[in-house]
Amino acid sequence: MTDIIQKVKNLSIGFRSKKGEEILILKNISTNIKKGETVGIVGESGSGKSTLALAMMGYVKHGLYTIGGECQFNSSNLLRMKSKDLEKIRGRKIAMIPQNAGQALTPNLKIGYQIDEALQLHSDLDEKEREKKISELLNKVRLPSPETIALRYPHELSGGQQQRVAVAMALAGTPDLLLLDEPTTGLDVTTQAHVLELLNFIAKDTGTSMVYVSHDLGAIAQVSDRIIVMYSGEIVLEGPSRDILKRPIHPYTHGLLKSIPKLSLAGLPESMPGSQPQPGTIQSGCSFFDRCNFSDENCKNNSPKLEFLKNLNTSVRCFNYEKLVNESQASQTFNKIKNKSQDKEILNLSEVSISYAKQKLLDQIFNRISDDNPTVKDININIKKGETIALVGESGSGKSTILKSIAGLLRTKDGLIRFDENRNLSSDLKERDPNDLRIIQLIFQNPDESLNPNHTVEEIIAQPLKLYFGLKGEELKKNIIDLLQKVRLGEFYTSRYPRQLSGGEKQRVAVARAFAAKPDIILCDEVTSALDVSVQAAVLNLLQQLKEDFGTTYIFVSHDLAVVRAISDRVAVLYQGRLCEVGPSNDVYKFPSHPYTEVLLGAVLEPDPDIKPKLVAEDIVEERPPEKGCSFQGRCSRIVGDICKKEIPPWQLTDSGNAIRCHIPIKELQKEQF
Amino acid sequence: MIFLIIKRILLGFITLFIVSIITFVGTEVLPGDACTTYLERQAFGEQLEACYRRLGLNVPAYERYVSWALNAIQGDFGYSLSGEMPIKDVLGPRIKNSLVLASAAIFIGIPIALILGIITALWRDKLPDVAISTVTIFAMTIPEFISATLLILIIAIWLEWLPGIVIVPTDVSFLELLPNIILPVVAIAMIMTAHMARMVRSSVIQVMASEYVQMAILKGVPYWKMVFKHVLPNALLPAINVVALTIAWLLGGVVVTEVVFNYPGLGRLVIESISNRDLPTVQALAIILASIYVSINLLADLLTLMLNPRLKTLQIRK
Amino acid sequence: MKLDNIYKEEKKSAFAKLSEIIITMASRPSGLIGLSILVFHIILAFISPYIAPHDFKAIDPTLMLQAPSAEYWFGTDDLGRDVFTRTILGGRTALTITFFGSLIALLWGGLLGIFCGLVGGKIDDVVMRIVDAFLSIPWILAMLLIVSLLGTSTEVLIPALGFFYGKGIVRVARAATHDVIAKDFIVSARARGHSNFSIIWNEIIPNVRDAILVEGAMRWSWMLLGFSSLSFLGFGVSPPTPDWGLMISNARGLMSFAYWAVIAPIVGLSSLIIGINLTADAFAKALGIDRSTKAPV
Repeated sequence: MTDIIQKVKNLSIGFRSKKGEEILILKNISTNIKKGETVGIVGESGSGKSTLALAMMGYVKHGLYTIGGECQFNSSNLLRMKSKDLEKIRGRKIAMIPQNAGQALTPNLKIGYQIDEALQLHSDLDEKEREKKISELLNKVRLPSPETIALRYPHELSGGQQQRVAVAMALAGTPDLLLLDEPTTGLDVTTQAHVLELLNFIAKDTGTSMVYVSHDLGAIAQVSDRIIVMYSGEIVLEGPSRDILKRPIHPYTHGLLKSIPKLSLAGLPESMPGSQPQPGTIQSGCSFFDRCNFSDENCKNNSPKLEFLKNLNTSVRCFNYEKLVNESQASQTFNKIKNKSQDKEILNLSEVSISYAKQKLLDQIFNRISDDNPTVKDININIKKGETIALVGESGSGKSTILKSIAGLLRTKDGLIRFDENRNLSSDLKERDPNDLRIIQLIFQNPDESLNPNHTVEEIIAQPLKLYFGLKGEELKKNIIDLLQKVRLGEFYTSRYPRQLSGGEKQRVAVARAFAAKPDIILCDEVTSALDVSVQAAVLNLLQQLKEDFGTTYIFVSHDLAVVRAISDRVAVLYQGRLCEVGPSNDVYKFPSHPYTEVLLGAVLEPDPDIKPKLVAEDIVEERPPEKGCSFQGRCSRIVGDICKKEIPPWQLTDSGNAIRCHIPIKELQKEQF
Repeated sequence: MIFLIIKRILLGFITLFIVSIITFVGTEVLPGDACTTYLERQAFGEQLEACYRRLGLNVPAYERYVSWALNAIQGDFGYSLSGEMPIKDVLGPRIKNSLVLASAAIFIGIPIALILGIITALWRDKLPDVAISTVTIFAMTIPEFISATLLILIIAIWLEWLPGIVIVPTDVSFLELLPNIILPVVAIAMIMTAHMARMVRSSVIQVMASEYVQMAILKGVPYWKMVFKHVLPNALLPAINVVALTIAWLLGGVVVTEVVFNYPGLGRLVIESISNRDLPTVQALAIILASIYVSINLLADLLTLMLNPRLKTLQIRK
Repeated sequence: MKLDNIYKEEKKSAFAKLSEIIITMASRPSGLIGLSILVFHIILAFISPYIAPHDFKAIDPTLMLQAPSAEYWFGTDDLGRDVFTRTILGGRTALTITFFGSLIALLWGGLLGIFCGLVGGKIDDVVMRIVDAFLSIPWILAMLLIVSLLGTSTEVLIPALGFFYGKGIVRVARAATHDVIAKDFIVSARARGHSNFSIIWNEIIPNVRDAILVEGAMRWSWMLLGFSSLSFLGFGVSPPTPDWGLMISNARGLMSFAYWAVIAPIVGLSSLIIGINLTADAFAKALGIDRSTKAPV
């Protein structure tokens, strides 16, 4: 068969544990990559997907070793090849686009040199031609003014630009096979959509085969012809992209797709229990057994084989896939969240401005902050008791900054933060009394950082209980166990350290700690971003359940619009520290009225090959908000005239209570959408 | 950029200023003064008075500090009690001799350390690494006076290849000095090289594990080209500062080595002036040695600033 | 739950933790060698007065510079004293002084470092400038000066060594504290309104403790090196107390014909320093701290 470009045969890769056991990262993987096709490899962190991609270049990371099998390229096994021969294949026949271009570009070498290096190695062009080629390549990846970019160092570029440079570098060798390892993870939504569109274009333009590795089914859905689903080092499902996404016949993929929040559907998705097992912990049976809704005795004791189903053109590793064959993803229903918000105001931000500018000496002396163009400006939000309000925006939109000021961690420049209609809260911790501190609690993005690694779960949860309520002894213990039960963790977790917990469990402990203070308001800062997709839904459901039980108010910060859609009652869209739109989430999502909201929603990637992202604006990175006029003027595609550059747009109200800050008349804004 | 350089230089001067105060206050608060400690039991009557007058100890401490500091800036450190002559005349040849010794050790040590560090990092956990690393641990931990003594015992006494003890006048030509300084240089270079080699090793290992090196491999860059273009510039840059600190710290070892070999440098002057309780000389030595330390670190800072593309384009942050 | 298999580790007593660390240290060859040497020297320091075959200060001109024999295993020195006896007794003073010196260094260096890392700002700047200035005076000059003016008693040596070797710990503790206070769990504790004392005690110290202890262990070996240099120069222990540095210094002049008198203390001192160094290294690795890129300042 000549159209197979890379053949992976019975590949097993692993490492030796301290005790000398052989622990497998990849278990007996076999698959083929055909000429011109794009294969998506999807899996959670630790599923072995990156190890597989690297093995396809004949590269095995330090500490890992090949236990068996081969990766054939042009009928020679890359894993046994001498490094001299590998050098001729890497970059020339197979090229890699790395996950984090910022880390993967050598810091001391100019962009131009790094691309030139690839050209020198893999082409016969002379210096003049190479110079021309570098410009061509940078042009191809749509970088502005290639000549100046070539003279820059990697750290002088933005994340999106760095990623484009990595693409250009990979294309320099005109490879037959491109491996992409999470190439858009860590980029802002709009940038991500642009890079994906570029990759799609390149695939069509050059006809190279691609292997696209990602945890994000949304991204995979946009690029791939075929999808390989990995779980715990095994291929569990492999087949045509559309079939996998529309009718997943493996319980893991089935559950995974169900647990992803969608833009089109309000409410919380179903959650999947548990989390992916650590390598080396599964002794017998199916590795998905304890999280599976369809499992039986057979699954517990015997490992299923990867079975090719001719009629579906799909391979599946499951005894009970038949139960899923007839079930379609369309039958999906979300648990609508109950809006229990009352009319009573609980927190009010009025005219809040926050500045990161370094204070001058004179200002320090008078204890004031002077900055004409502060990072965050004119924030007016009225939050009702019991509601979930979400702040959304890209990085640099000031959403976390606002959260910090509410928590008292960052002094505001101007404005008032009022609690419960009558109590003003200082933005300085030291000026708040213990009760002011208790009523507002924080949950952070990364539980690895927010839990002290030297404390046990018990000690972590005990802290607020001791601090605010002075609990001791039996009563303290009882309360801790109570809280653990509320976040669905057993009593035996008390004596564990954070490093012994999975990501989802850690975040549950962080949630328990926040609720231990019996707060009125909980600030959630990207609480699901660091979690695997299959765990995210469970945490969201838990947060919703606790809110309904305790009547807590959430202020939810996220860059993920689908997650925000799932959990929030109201949404505030921020750009460059200025509010663009505030309204009930149904309205914000249904009538994307502000041009920026439109850009954000258009860029969301859904795990559905039929929903393509709409790229409305350029993905420029702005360092500072503009001095005058509308904050979004730099990127807006619907500028109506000079007025946008000169005057701050007025707030306009829609009938459904959605407030939009734009110079375009409200009728006009809505019309565009129908 | 220029702002940063000026800031570093200023900080260096502030450090020296604090050092001068520390040494001045230090000698002031410790029991006795320069004259009583120097004269010991003869510290009374006419002799003590004369000494006080000569050193100007009969004026208040802060006035003495100011005049001493003003003179010191111009290179005049006062009057040596034991040498019975101006300190700067005592210092001159000593500084020259010590510089010869230390710079020889540094210039031999740095390339060897680089080579050993790189070899051990590239062949990590393999035979060359294990062998060299074992040797460096020994070289690093054994005090200079022991290695110096062993060198004399083996090379000078048993093998009789080189002179074991330097018996030369303070002002000889370099060629005459050369055979005499080989052993002391080796003794100093050994510990210095071992320290530096270890730091280079771990710095290279860190960079080898970075994503951009993995990327270079996946780009098909040949091994040695990758090492020289992608690894070493990034690994050695942060090592400059640490190496400078190490060199500066190990200068203390020069003192001991000079004593073992009876070498007429600053180190032996330290011992002599302390044994003779010659406090003015000790003060001068403290300032001189501290300025060497400060300038080595300053040099390393500036070198890093100049070589680092990140800092080159860095706007003044924070 | 299948995960329980590898997550059995529970909260342990301090003793259990310590023994686990020691087992991890001993599982590497270099750690095992270091620990054995150190333990050997410590035991020797305790029992040497009882097993010494001769009187360490008995001078006998008739026995001057005897070669090693059945009676005098390591020979005799220039005053006719038994080198074996003096060698096994020679480590006691150095070991004691440097051990307590390191403790002092650990205490003041660690506390000041944590304080500086925590308060930051101007106070931190000023303190670090002063620490820097102290660093730039060669330790040997400072030590010699202090010892020559105040004498070589233990009461002078221990705090003086502790002071001069603690300044490096200040830097390490400060850097570790800096790293920790940026973490979200500190932010979380601050936002909850815990007192500064509680944050230092509960959140910071447990997380910087390991780095400081490792640094202290490393300091111990540097301090031993420094202390023996002092006694080699004649500014350490006063005779006739047996001390390796002093023994080497005395026997050095005669080593062309009586090398045994110099070899024995050299082996004793070198092995102890290497032992402590390897132990400290293994300790660092067992705690997962990489300090190999740090200068020995």
